[in-house]
Amino acid sequence: MPAVTETLETVQSVTDSGYKWGFETDIEMEFAPKGLNEDIVRFISRKKNEPAWLLEWRLKAFAIWQKMEEPRWAAVSFPPIDYQDSHYYAAPVQKAKPKSLDEVDPELLKTYAKLGIPLKEQAILAGVEGAGETPAEGRMPVAVDAVFDSVSVATSYKERLAKEGIIFCSISEAVQEHPELVRQYLGSVVPQGDNFYAALNSAVFTDGSFVYIPKGVRCPMELSTYFRINAKSTGQFERTLIIADEKSYVSYLEGCTAPMRDENQLHAAVVELVALDDATIKYSTVQNWYPGDSEGRGGIYNFVTKRGACRGARSKISWTQVETGSAITWKYPSCILQGDDSVGEFYSVAITNNRQQADTGTKMFHIGRNTRSTIVSKGISAGKGQNTYRGLVKISPKAHGARNFTQCDSLLIGDQCGAHTVPYIENRCMTAKVEHEATTSRIAEDQLFYCRQRGLNEEEAVGMIVNGFAREVLKELPMEFAVEAQKLLQISLEGSVG
Amino acid sequence: MLKIENLHATVEGKQILNGLSLEIPAGEVHAIMGPNGSGKSTLSYVLAGREGYEVTEGSVSFNGQDLLAMEPEERAVAGMFLAFQAPVELPGVGNANFLRTALNAIRRARGEAEIDAMQFLKLARARMKVLNMPEDMLKRPVNVGFSGGEKKRNEMLQLALLAPGFAVLDETDSGLDIDALKMVADTVNSLRGPAFSALVITHYQRLLNHIVPDRVHVLSAGRIVKSGGPELAQELEAAGYAGVQAAA
Ligand SMILES: Nc1ncnc2c1ncn2[C@@H]1O[C@H](COP(=O)(O)OP(=O)(O)O)[C@@H](O)[C@H]1O
Ligand SMILES: [Mg+2]
Repeated sequence: MPAVTETLETVQSVTDSGYKWGFETDIEMEFAPKGLNEDIVRFISRKKNEPAWLLEWRLKAFAIWQKMEEPRWAAVSFPPIDYQDSHYYAAPVQKAKPKSLDEVDPELLKTYAKLGIPLKEQAILAGVEGAGETPAEGRMPVAVDAVFDSVSVATSYKERLAKEGIIFCSISEAVQEHPELVRQYLGSVVPQGDNFYAALNSAVFTDGSFVYIPKGVRCPMELSTYFRINAKSTGQFERTLIIADEKSYVSYLEGCTAPMRDENQLHAAVVELVALDDATIKYSTVQNWYPGDSEGRGGIYNFVTKRGACRGARSKISWTQVETGSAITWKYPSCILQGDDSVGEFYSVAITNNRQQADTGTKMFHIGRNTRSTIVSKGISAGKGQNTYRGLVKISPKAHGARNFTQCDSLLIGDQCGAHTVPYIENRCMTAKVEHEATTSRIAEDQLFYCRQRGLNEEEAVGMIVNGFAREVLKELPMEFAVEAQKLLQISLEGSVG
Repeated sequence: MLKIENLHATVEGKQILNGLSLEIPAGEVHAIMGPNGSGKSTLSYVLAGREGYEVTEGSVSFNGQDLLAMEPEERAVAGMFLAFQAPVELPGVGNANFLRTALNAIRRARGEAEIDAMQFLKLARARMKVLNMPEDMLKRPVNVGFSGGEKKRNEMLQLALLAPGFAVLDETDSGLDIDALKMVADTVNSLRGPAFSALVITHYQRLLNHIVPDRVHVLSAGRIVKSGGPELAQELEAAGYAGVQAAA
């Protein structure tokens, strides 16, 4: 069982109810002063010992950002964000490489333990010398990159992957070790000025994961990144870049949690994917950032730009997301289908309970011939949650034979929540075919009763029915993650019935 | 085991059960027969605790417990099982997963260890073989796309696996061919013993040839109007409800 799965199971079994990842780690941290200006951008770049071109790239992004305004078209509302009231750099203080687990900051170890990362991986992640790269017995190895606030603390199985020519490391490390790849692809899918949050990210991103799969290589294990916001008054701006060269395959997972706090914290990530000829990238997310309390106090603002470019013929990018966390989610993982016969997929489950708001969906840009896309969105609203699917299917005049199928289903629990579907279709090609289906339903009384008659309590019954509703999406997740996601769905709905 | 006294119940303000009394001792199987609309399904829902079925008078004691004070799932884990007249579809919910979750809820309540997916599959397969049920039923979503007969079989599979102390079968035999009918009977008969009782609701004497009841009751307008031994079912078959009601 991979680390991430054990993570959630362990944490779940040792705590009672509510948000189970809300603990805070007391660890020695280094911060940049609060606020955002050119000097902070320079500070971050200097801390990371970056080449001049990257500093220039950041400064250009910062200049663009200053002229931009927050997007206001999403169906979410929140008080104005004071961008000067946040730290843009926070990192655990780096000491010399520890010799054994005993020398690792015990608080950091405790965090890994609480997150359920098994000891072997803990040692690897903590960078213990000689911890080796063999997984604990009887488990499928999963390579883990752990990003703690602004920096990647460690990556496991690097050497094993390197044997196949696979690069899996933090983006900071990639800037040092593989600058030509980073320079070629960074911003090539999401340019600096793409949108307000992407521009902000481009100026101040601190870490994230970098993956390169060489030609013809099928990545032998799941790659995963575990994101954790820990420090107060910080934003998290990670940047992930995945390149799948011709005829390669990779499945990548990300998971995220954050401590419970009264304040809202901004998470503005950018993810760029590039798939060349015949390459496939499967990108799965289980997003469980702290959602705020039942009154809507605190919680993460998850304003994220994710986009994949199917550059090569017959390439494929598949996004699967399970969005249970965050106070507000603003996120549209998209595919640019440039290569002929390329395929884009988007499978999404988004839950909003209490006062959570989600405005999420996808964009499929059909440019090449015979490009195909599938969108399956399952929105679940409970409490006073608001859930919007917003999607765009755009077919260019040359995308002959393009196909899209979109299915948007909404499930309502209770009568104070809302579900909204906003599908945009722009079809400029006579030979293209676009289909859209949408449904809205409630959990039926007879379904609940049937489950309860068999011994399930109300929450289990709702969990069961909701998981059934979301099955088409959950079955797209790697199996170990699916188990975790099912539990999360049920936990996220606690208190929504009865 | 089950003691119903002077039960009155309304549905949407309409009086359906009118002073129904019935006692089913441990180890016995009783049958209820009665015309459409006489309140048979209402009785089964009241026993299972469905919302909207309001008890206005009377009491039900189940193994000494006040059944009417319990939540539906509490009744279920205490051993009250209802085979639905119209089983409900649960899209996307795998039959095996559903059944295992239900079985584990009951095992938890009994203080038994939960079983994992592998153990469950072994158990389920063994049971299905005995009952002549196709294994692929486990893989399909609960009742979705099942024929009427398959839905009833699925109810019996659940009954067989959950092995409750008390089962209500609400017209499980309606619309079944003779093979399916025998499967229903086999399932119930396999559970029969000193710690199991059942209330079999049916229109037809046919089922009762295979599940021979200890007592037969006739329900009319929300109350028991006649009770007797298995021969009563044969009388009903010959004379119809009208004859029996007139005689009552
Ligand atoms: N949900 C309901 N709403 C209104 N009337 C109902 C409802 N359920 C049952 N009834 C009425 O209660 C009476 C008894 O129904 P039911 O218990 O289903 O009878 P049976 O199962 O014996 O055919 C019928 O007149 C039926 O119309
Ligand atoms: Mg009926």
